[in-house]
Amino acid sequence: MNRLEEKLKILADAAKYDVSCSSSGSKRKNIGGIGDASSSGICHTYTEDGRCVSLLKILLTNHCIYDCAFCVSRKSNDVQRAAFTVEEVVNLTMNFYRRNYIEGLFLSSGIFKDADYTMERLLKIVKKLRLEERYNGYIHLKTIPGASDEMIREAGLYVDRMSINLEMPTEVGLKLMAPEKDHESVKKPLNFINQEIQSYKQESKLIKHKPTFVPAGQSTQMVIGATPENDFEIMSVADKFYKDYNLKRVYYSGYIPIQNENSLLPQIGTKPPLVRENRLYQTDWLLRFYGFELKEILNADHQDLDLEIDPKLSWALRNPHLFPVDINTADYKMIIRIPGIGRQSALKIIQARKFGRLHEYQIKKMGIAFNRARYFMRCADSPFQLGYTSMENVRAKIVNKSSSKSKQIFSTQLNLFS
Amino acid sequence: MYYIFDGSYYGWLCCIFEAFERKEFSVKPITQEHYFPDMFAEVTYIHTDSKKASRVLKGLQERVGKNITLDFYRAFLFENPEVWQACFYLAVHVFKGNKNILSNFGNDAVMKFSDALRKVSRERHRMKAFVRFQQSSDGLYFAVVEPDFNVLPLIISFFKNRYTDQPWIIYDLKRNYGIYWDKISITEVILNADEVKGVVQSSTVVSLDDQEEYYKNLWHQYFKSTNIVARRNMKLHLRHVPKRYWKYLPEKNFGKD
Repeated sequence: MNRLEEKLKILADAAKYDVSCSSSGSKRKNIGGIGDASSSGICHTYTEDGRCVSLLKILLTNHCIYDCAFCVSRKSNDVQRAAFTVEEVVNLTMNFYRRNYIEGLFLSSGIFKDADYTMERLLKIVKKLRLEERYNGYIHLKTIPGASDEMIREAGLYVDRMSINLEMPTEVGLKLMAPEKDHESVKKPLNFINQEIQSYKQESKLIKHKPTFVPAGQSTQMVIGATPENDFEIMSVADKFYKDYNLKRVYYSGYIPIQNENSLLPQIGTKPPLVRENRLYQTDWLLRFYGFELKEILNADHQDLDLEIDPKLSWALRNPHLFPVDINTADYKMIIRIPGIGRQSALKIIQARKFGRLHEYQIKKMGIAFNRARYFMRCADSPFQLGYTSMENVRAKIVNKSSSKSKQIFSTQLNLFS
Repeated sequence: MYYIFDGSYYGWLCCIFEAFERKEFSVKPITQEHYFPDMFAEVTYIHTDSKKASRVLKGLQERVGKNITLDFYRAFLFENPEVWQACFYLAVHVFKGNKNILSNFGNDAVMKFSDALRKVSRERHRMKAFVRFQQSSDGLYFAVVEPDFNVLPLIISFFKNRYTDQPWIIYDLKRNYGIYWDKISITEVILNADEVKGVVQSSTVVSLDDQEEYYKNLWHQYFKSTNIVARRNMKLHLRHVPKRYWKYLPEKNFGKD
């Protein structure tokens, strides 16, 4: 194994816990060089864990002055250390990009010496790519908390997305794992960059060829299951951050145990909470694209998501008085609230019903999850029902028929005897 | 009644032209290859005439706009007689003044059309993702693919805009033609049998650059390192990267030659 291969192994391994791999949202054009950003984003391959590989995701170095208990690169952890040179990162990026392996670069780093020193190195790489290699592909850059405003502002002119991770959903949780860190140091740069983005947007309305500033926006990440926050707390934080900083994405990363002496953390061998993570993403989608308010899904009475069924179904079961919805008359907002019907099928329904009342056989072909949706909607030929169906029955019927990943967890005991 | 056309998009457009010319609308457009002789059915051979085809295209554009006209082409690339017929049926309706039919998702032909569009679009997107260039010693980047549908025409502008400063070829081995960018313009290329063999074995005709294996190896290494073993989920992996695509993906086949 040559040295560069070894470095790549160490620094890709250390970067993989950052789950963001999005390459969407930027419309950077190829201006007399190589590369552009596809606004829809492209996943070039998928690892065996089923996660998308869109960007070359690496740390500049895994040397770090901090000692955060949840982090594999923490100072006290006994791992191999390595650092790329500026040229190495640029060469890797360009050679991978030219072969169409990747959409771009996601560059992060451990903090060596201090925040400004680290940020300066990252900035050097980004500038070399843009100015010397004339590279116009996607760049996601980690904002280093504590770096100077000038440095952050300059970086924003060259990159497509910036992000800073909250790490633990609440300040209390963070203090347990990383006493040297706080949420304030994340909020400050998030806020600063958001202000800059907004003011650039305002100006670009007036001036035609205004340079872009972080065109794909900002994102953040929370680790789930390392600290005892419940789903309501987690989603409240996410909801607030979406609203306060116009974030494009909040990522939820199920904690994967690493070697650690901290007795508060789940130990190696504990399974990462993958189903819970999935339910959080589903909730996130309901909030951003389905017109749900957080309090409808999670509130003081329902502080945790149901792992067995998805959050939309769970909400519907708690609100039997709103169903069944007549798909031939209901408006779009209500149709997308029917479990098993997504936004695309809802649009198809709205368009198709102009030609006549829709029947079950037609709805089935529109790509909906009929097994779930059937209990919550009425088509032209649905038999008329008196009174409400018991939602307990509906739940049981749906759960028994489904073969989802969550079911496997709940049925392992039965499997012993089958 | 069957209209037998030459398999080209222009040929299919001419079927529409002829249908109106002859006032025959219950027609199945089909290619010789797909046609099974049926002694009770009438058969007409349709001559491809680019002037007639252009008139049909222009007519479609006037009625449904550029984008939906392009949708007919996209669905055509699905290469399936049933879809060709659904498109034919819909185009005839459009010309008869009933363009609204396209949003009637309760209609079978519309569902076939939109289903084909979805699948072609997915394959087009996959090709943007799964094309893997190898650099040869003379600086040419070349890639071999075998897409499910004939989507090369749909990815030309994407690759041209992105890889403007390097010459490249993307070759569809299944349909035996490729697109070639020489940094100035796009041309269609067809390789002979020996050249094709050379490309597949990636050795003789196209001699690889020394760096090629080096970067393939690094990419393979990266692919392994960025995986989280504790989250292994092969079902999901296979859904996103179906096995039929592995042949040309270095991250899946490196070191297995």
